[in-house]
Amino acid sequence: MKKIVISGLALLAFFKIQAQTPKDSTGYKPTKLKIEEVNLVSSYYRQNGDNASVTGGIGSQKLTDIANVIDVTLVKYGKTGKKHTLDVEIGVDHYTSASSDRVDLQANTSASSSDIRVYPSLLYTAEQIDKGRSFAIGVGSSTEYDYQSFNGTAAFIQKTKDRNGEFTARFQAFLDQVKIIKPIELRQGQDDGGTEARNTFAGSLSYAQAINKNLQVSLTADYVQQTGYLSLPFHRVYLNDGTVSQENLPDTRTKIPIGGRLSYFLGDHLIVRAFYRFYTDDWDMQSHTAELELPVKITPFFSLTPFYRYYDQTRIKYFKAYGEHTAAEQYRTSNYDLSPFHSNFYGIGVRMAPENGLFGNPHWAMLEFRVGHYDRSTDLNANIASVNLKYKV
Amino acid sequence: MKNLFQLAILALVSFTGANCTSLKGYQKSKINDSEMTLAPRKVSKTELSFQSYREGSGGASSGKVGGGCGCN
Repeated sequence: MKKIVISGLALLAFFKIQAQTPKDSTGYKPTKLKIEEVNLVSSYYRQNGDNASVTGGIGSQKLTDIANVIDVTLVKYGKTGKKHTLDVEIGVDHYTSASSDRVDLQANTSASSSDIRVYPSLLYTAEQIDKGRSFAIGVGSSTEYDYQSFNGTAAFIQKTKDRNGEFTARFQAFLDQVKIIKPIELRQGQDDGGTEARNTFAGSLSYAQAINKNLQVSLTADYVQQTGYLSLPFHRVYLNDGTVSQENLPDTRTKIPIGGRLSYFLGDHLIVRAFYRFYTDDWDMQSHTAELELPVKITPFFSLTPFYRYYDQTRIKYFKAYGEHTAAEQYRTSNYDLSPFHSNFYGIGVRMAPENGLFGNPHWAMLEFRVGHYDRSTDLNANIASVNLKYKV
Repeated sequence: MKNLFQLAILALVSFTGANCTSLKGYQKSKINDSEMTLAPRKVSKTELSFQSYREGSGGASSGKVGGGCGCN
């Protein structure tokens, strides 16, 4: 953890040196690739509950996660006025999990009780400013002890002639490998090991429109197709005859989420930000998500943002609680993340972006804190605190 | 539910006086305010991660729709 903080500070010191180079005030003359801004996002997450999937829907879900993400944006203008943007991001999470510790029921401090996840990504965007058109391509990965994911992204963005509307088409592919780690009592000798593939392909269409000088809205529709090993091998399912087996789910899943966003400037100090999403899939899950954020601008450079999010989902057709599945059922899970529930998430954010920068330094452009409390109707609750520090060159 | 949705749209349009106007650059000072962005805030990045792990659905939110185990 200390190493991550030191690395982050060293990186920022480097950016400060880079900031001494003269700036192009127009932004349209050819320039070399240079750093435009750096964002540091850190968070601390803690949850507790009593429906761990590893122990078949009973047992502690206590978990902590510390996440640190550094996101660097570099920009270059070409001779024809084309803007090239490169986003380089790396995230590192360290988490501890009481339920993962129960893959081996005999051990309370096995190797699976904590892990580190590393997720770098790279996104290149070429924008033809005069035509209001952009193309983007990106790659990324996510690595954990038992899970490896590689992803690719391609996007096309076209603004309308009057620059008040924007259409986006995006395609994402995730090629994942799940390490097969069975619950210890289901292992036969040294047969544990190997990996299974899980692939996700997602197409997304969205349109954003400024309606008037106070209001803008957007609509997004995704089509997501998953294939491969969609279960997790160490999730136990206890049957009604007292025996134990592994979670087993179909090898395809199609998801269709449709969402809308709205931002409305009400008067001079209050902004209404709203989000609604409807979701359906072919495992019979349907969900509704509604979120409201109300940034209050105390001054032009300081705002408070209370927020509230309501979420409701039906169960997938393969979910049953501990001891309720029968041996005759081909597909089964006792994962409460796929059970019927509703949840409330609420909290507040504070954003500071002084005109002359934080602490009088114009490069430290913005600091934002946010804390939230999450309550799920299955008695899972969580708290999260996050901070975002922006450095502009 | 359908009636409720229609009522919400009607209320929204009435409330905001939503008629599509072609805005000039100088009329976009509020639209371009950093708080007005039509995407999740950067500071909420990790909130979206935990929600995607703890809830069975996701997507249509300008974010990733896969990657990462969320095994716990």
